[in-house]
Amino acid sequence: MTVTNNAPSGPSPDVAGAGTDVEVAVDLITVVVDGVEMRVPKGTLAIRAAEQLGIEVPRFCDHPLLDPVAACRACLIEVEGMPKPQPACAQVLSDGMEVRTQYSSEVARVAQEGVMEFLLLNHPLDCPVCDKGGECPLQNQAMSVGRPESRFTGAKREFEKPINVSAQVLLDRERCVSCARCTRFAEQIAGDPMIELLERGAKQQVGTAADEPFDSYFSGNTVQICPVGALTSASYRFRSRPFDLVSVPTACEHCASGCSLRTDYRRGVVTRRLAWDDPDVNEEWNCDKGRFAFAYLNQGRIESPMIREHGSLRVASWPEAIDAAARGLATARGSVGVLVGGRSTVEDAYAYSRFARTALATDHIDFRARQGSAEEAAFLSSKVAGAPVSAAYDDLESAPAVLLVSLEPEDESPIVFLRLRKAARAGTQVLSVGATATRSLGKMSGRLVSARPGDEANALRSLDDETRALLGQPGAVILVGERIAGSVGAASAVLELARETGAALAWVPRRSGERGALDAGALAGLLPGGRPLTDEQARRDVAAAWGVEAADLPSEPGLIGADLLEAARDGRLSALVVGGVELADFADPGLAVAAVENADFVVSLENHHSAVTELADVVLPVAVVTEKSGTFVNWEGRPRPFGQVFRDALTMSDARVLAMVAEAMGSSLPADVASIRKEMGALGPWTGARTPAPDTAPGASADGVVIASWRQLLDSGLMQEGEPHLAATARPTVAIVSASMAAALGETVTISGPAGSVTLPVVTGDVLDRVVWVPTNSPGCHIHADLGAVPGTPVQLSAGGAA
Amino acid sequence: MPELPQAVRGFGVTFLTMFKKVVTEQYPEQKVPPKPRFHGRHQLNRWADGLEKCVGCELCAWACPADAIFVEGADNSDQERFSPGERYGRVYQINYLRCIFCGLCIEACPTRALTMTNEYELADDSRAKLIYEKKDLLAPLLPGMVAPPHEMVPGTTERDYYANTVKGASPEQVTTSPAEAEEVAS
Ligand code: SF4
Ligand code: SF4
Ligand code: SF4
Ligand code: SF4
Ligand code: FES
Repeated sequence: MTVTNNAPSGPSPDVAGAGTDVEVAVDLITVVVDGVEMRVPKGTLAIRAAEQLGIEVPRFCDHPLLDPVAACRACLIEVEGMPKPQPACAQVLSDGMEVRTQYSSEVARVAQEGVMEFLLLNHPLDCPVCDKGGECPLQNQAMSVGRPESRFTGAKREFEKPINVSAQVLLDRERCVSCARCTRFAEQIAGDPMIELLERGAKQQVGTAADEPFDSYFSGNTVQICPVGALTSASYRFRSRPFDLVSVPTACEHCASGCSLRTDYRRGVVTRRLAWDDPDVNEEWNCDKGRFAFAYLNQGRIESPMIREHGSLRVASWPEAIDAAARGLATARGSVGVLVGGRSTVEDAYAYSRFARTALATDHIDFRARQGSAEEAAFLSSKVAGAPVSAAYDDLESAPAVLLVSLEPEDESPIVFLRLRKAARAGTQVLSVGATATRSLGKMSGRLVSARPGDEANALRSLDDETRALLGQPGAVILVGERIAGSVGAASAVLELARETGAALAWVPRRSGERGALDAGALAGLLPGGRPLTDEQARRDVAAAWGVEAADLPSEPGLIGADLLEAARDGRLSALVVGGVELADFADPGLAVAAVENADFVVSLENHHSAVTELADVVLPVAVVTEKSGTFVNWEGRPRPFGQVFRDALTMSDARVLAMVAEAMGSSLPADVASIRKEMGALGPWTGARTPAPDTAPGASADGVVIASWRQLLDSGLMQEGEPHLAATARPTVAIVSASMAAALGETVTISGPAGSVTLPVVTGDVLDRVVWVPTNSPGCHIHADLGAVPGTPVQLSAGGAA
Repeated sequence: MPELPQAVRGFGVTFLTMFKKVVTEQYPEQKVPPKPRFHGRHQLNRWADGLEKCVGCELCAWACPADAIFVEGADNSDQERFSPGERYGRVYQINYLRCIFCGLCIEACPTRALTMTNEYELADDSRAKLIYEKKDLLAPLLPGMVAPPHEMVPGTTERDYYANTVKGASPEQVTTSPAEAEEVAS
């Protein structure tokens, strides 16, 4: 029998990688595994070749995404012509090589048995109290290839257990088999090499550098890949056994990286989430937020519909509440604003988009519950909405150079960071336009293109020739973050730069729902699929799909961003429909509160109690991600569909609730995910002329000291609530300034903005002079509410605590 | 010999039985103890000082062919300790509508926390009542035991418990247990 496999682990053929498929296709060698002749690409490891035949060689340290180390020796096999057994996970096959695994070689079998017995010498075998029990490779492989009985009678080593590697990750050292998966992950993938194998021999153990915890946004991955129960997470410790769990493949709702996850639940409660294997997106990793932040799902939920009566909310039945919402909105028809929020699935966003244009006869709709500008909206409408994939994860990996604009990927899109780091280790030049050279930029061996906050457009327009040449290479990519909205002219400058250099341009929003909402047309002036509202043909297409007259669709682009909020505040809009929006997220939270307060009639669709609940006239509780199915669209534009975890949930998605309200208003909407997907699919993306690109003159940075800021991955975000161990791994809230400023300021600084001041510890960093970096929304520093500031706002600094 | 009529022959069995030893038990007036190894209601045992033996490992639930057992483990904390070591069974339920009294669970138990008593009166008038909770299954506190939560005997570790060297509650434990304090107060 001969097995031929051309590309076992290479990239899929549709990827436009730089000639990789060509390399894979040539250079096949012939090897013999357990007597079976097969052809594999040159460089294949013996353990991978055996896998292709369905032969399972035991292993602990081997991991396809980590460099081989052959640390555990569990995978010993016999190689023809070699005097001693060799580790299959590090044995590179050469032409004509003949290898034999435990199935055909007594030498291999005895060697594996010996290693397994050796590994168990010091192993506590406390499986009954070990979280890995039931899914433990050591248990399984001790049964399949180990000796039935141990001959060891001495005392086993003991360590104090467990120790905290970080607040979230716990280590039981005596269970460790020294496979170095965790340390290799930390060093090779995350770039946070703060755990190391210490000591030698029987005392060998994993540890952290003295008084420095394992500070990594990706620490949960080490728990997942540890082949034994040595690393466990505080959140899942002792919670359940694998056979209690029902596992559902899901997509992460926390950011636009779009990780594929597995959600495990027991008796109606999510017990843990794991990174799932998606080679095109998150590979086998995810970040700690996606892994651990799910306690919010069950906390602070709104249980039933509520309507306001005599000034206070009371519980109402669904028909009553739907009726109240429909009546109020019908009165205000044509003068309603719709705030969608950035966390909706694309199906829900589409429902808002269609609901606004048909039932409400309005185009005042915006999904950006954050700082947003008209220039950004024009940039998104002209370049991003409904557009085909311009750059994907694979393109980052093969890009010669990647320019980041207003994007701190480790905080704002962690998997983009991991891919960029992987790319950088293979030679990609990462450049970042911003005011601070962060630790993560260092991990990507990146170079800072200095720009004071507000000055990005000028920096982009005056890039030096060398940088331009880098971006001019085929395959170069420009990634733009959501914060570009806060920098006047930056979006225009980026478009210009992409045109000039030919680099691919992609927008990397932070929230999981933003790209989907954009594609669904949840932005004034934009119909689904990137269709301009003002285009006759586009309006006819959409009207036909929606079963209405084109003339009935709004024809004038509506209000967005601060204009929309101001109109509501000033009474020019009489009603608001708010879909899961946190008012404190807006650049001007005061304005947002005033808008919701002053609107005559407010309908809120939300799942958790929030500031909007207090002000709404009708509150309609909707499903959280585990209670509905849907799709997020990640930054690439790749759909991330997910199924319903709890199939017997009684809650309804936003789309279904909107459909009921629409029906009560005499309009109609598709209510279920399948028909929405069908309708969106039939509409498809727009191929006609797009809305014009923005052409805004570059703004300039304010004088004096200005704020640089972004949201950290782990911060005061509401979806991280209820998980104290995770919160304890967040980075401390500090103000980062240049060395010279730090010298002048001392230990703490009081930062005063238009709305107030905060006092924070000072940390010296690689920050431009006259710039102070603070987190946007972390405990002790919420710049919008506390300071009244956004990135680029001039502030006063004074040394020490508040005067 | 002429055959007796069928109807009379049938009574022969009845007649002979009148001279045999009576096996009828006068239950429930008289309760006859079952054989010592009879599989009756389960019991969750305690260490000599009253701490629970169950570590919440779920091996019993895993072994159960009738899926009658539900266990949820949890962390012992310094403030609230129910068993020696790190882990204890926070929730423990046996559904006696499902249990087939096979005893596989007690064979699976690594700590001998779970055993079976000879108690067989397991009938009731609702399904809910037949789901026994941890409080229904825990062994009674014997003299020398203190109701958890309380600390381990000072100076011992869980190993001493497993090695069976802990022979009873220490005077310190008697005063640290909140349950005991209540008992004393009442
Ligand atoms: S790692 Fe845990 S489950 Fe696996 S063999 Fe060791 S003690 Fe048992
Ligand atoms: S802690 Fe786990 S992953 Fe790390 S070296 Fe030990 S066994 Fe391997
Ligand atoms: S990187 Fe983003 S998508 Fe992935 S797990 Fe983290 S929050 Fe979720
Ligand atoms: S009774 Fe025994 S087997 Fe069952 S959970 Fe407790 S310790 Fe484990
Ligand atoms: S798997 Fe090969 S040495 Fe560990």
